[in-house]
Amino acid sequence: MAEHHSEAVYHRTFWYLLVLTILEIIVALMPLATLIKGILLVGMALGKAALVAMFFMHLRFERLTLAVIAFTPLAICVFLVFMLTPDLGAVQHKTVVPAQQTTGVKR
Amino acid sequence: MSEATAMHAGHAGANESPLTPESWGKLGMWVFLVGDAMSFGTLLAGYGGSRYGSADWPVPAAILGINLTAFMTFLLIVSSVTMVKGLAAIQRDDLAGFKKFIGLTILGGVIFLVLQAWEWTHLIGSGLGFTGWTWHTSAGEVLTGASLFGTTFFIITGFHGMHVTGGVIYLLCILLAGWRGAFSSTNNSPVEIAGLYWHFVDLVWIMVFTFVYLL
Repeated sequence: MAEHHSEAVYHRTFWYLLVLTILEIIVALMPLATLIKGILLVGMALGKAALVAMFFMHLRFERLTLAVIAFTPLAICVFLVFMLTPDLGAVQHKTVVPAQQTTGVKR
Repeated sequence: MSEATAMHAGHAGANESPLTPESWGKLGMWVFLVGDAMSFGTLLAGYGGSRYGSADWPVPAAILGINLTAFMTFLLIVSSVTMVKGLAAIQRDDLAGFKKFIGLTILGGVIFLVLQAWEWTHLIGSGLGFTGWTWHTSAGEVLTGASLFGTTFFIITGFHGMHVTGGVIYLLCILLAGWRGAFSSTNNSPVEIAGLYWHFVDLVWIMVFTFVYLL
């Protein structure tokens, strides 16, 4: 029979998740610098995701290879954001009035 | 069957995958979830890129309701707990506990969807659109900005909402099968697999809540 861990671990995980959620909201409402707020919020979100994955999804007790499979998209997504930024993250320029077309125009 | 597995560590039986005890289904679900995580990751990465390059992206907290969504986050976390307790119940042949907790998980999902629908109705009514938006605040101001704010919001939360809907239907099937006696302490892999999907939906919402609503 599969290992049956006591349900206490699930309750404890729930409380950690609840506390992290409340902290996230407090940080979101605080007037902090964007970078610090970003680091704190993303860090807490990743912590909550890790708790759900490790305890509710039982990854903590599965074979390590499965955890590597599960972790891979996270690494790829971070890479994806960096790959997208040059295309989408360019600062918008003011509209430039195009020069008068001089070729192919009937005079 | 599983005791034999434990004694022959490293040698999977014919009906066991090499990575997940007892069940190929579990490995299959994990592989599916990894692919789905990439879908959500792509949407969120695109959202991040669009927002980073935008000159007039609004502060989400000024338009979206953080309080309601915080409660929705709490609701999904609680539903994950009831899901895992439902699995624990059937693992010790407690059919009544299984029915109760899976039922509560489904209820949590349904309430989440109802609240999401209410939130969308309120936002659309206040002017947030898919192709553009003009927001009328309660103070009478009129705000507008990057149209992609509305587009990305509805696509990301809508895609997640579709996953919750699918999860509710999936869990209803599991509940029905369990009610008819399909599961027991020696046969509950399908419940565990459904649980994996549900926890994934919760996990994605945690990320969506952070990136779309809080940041």
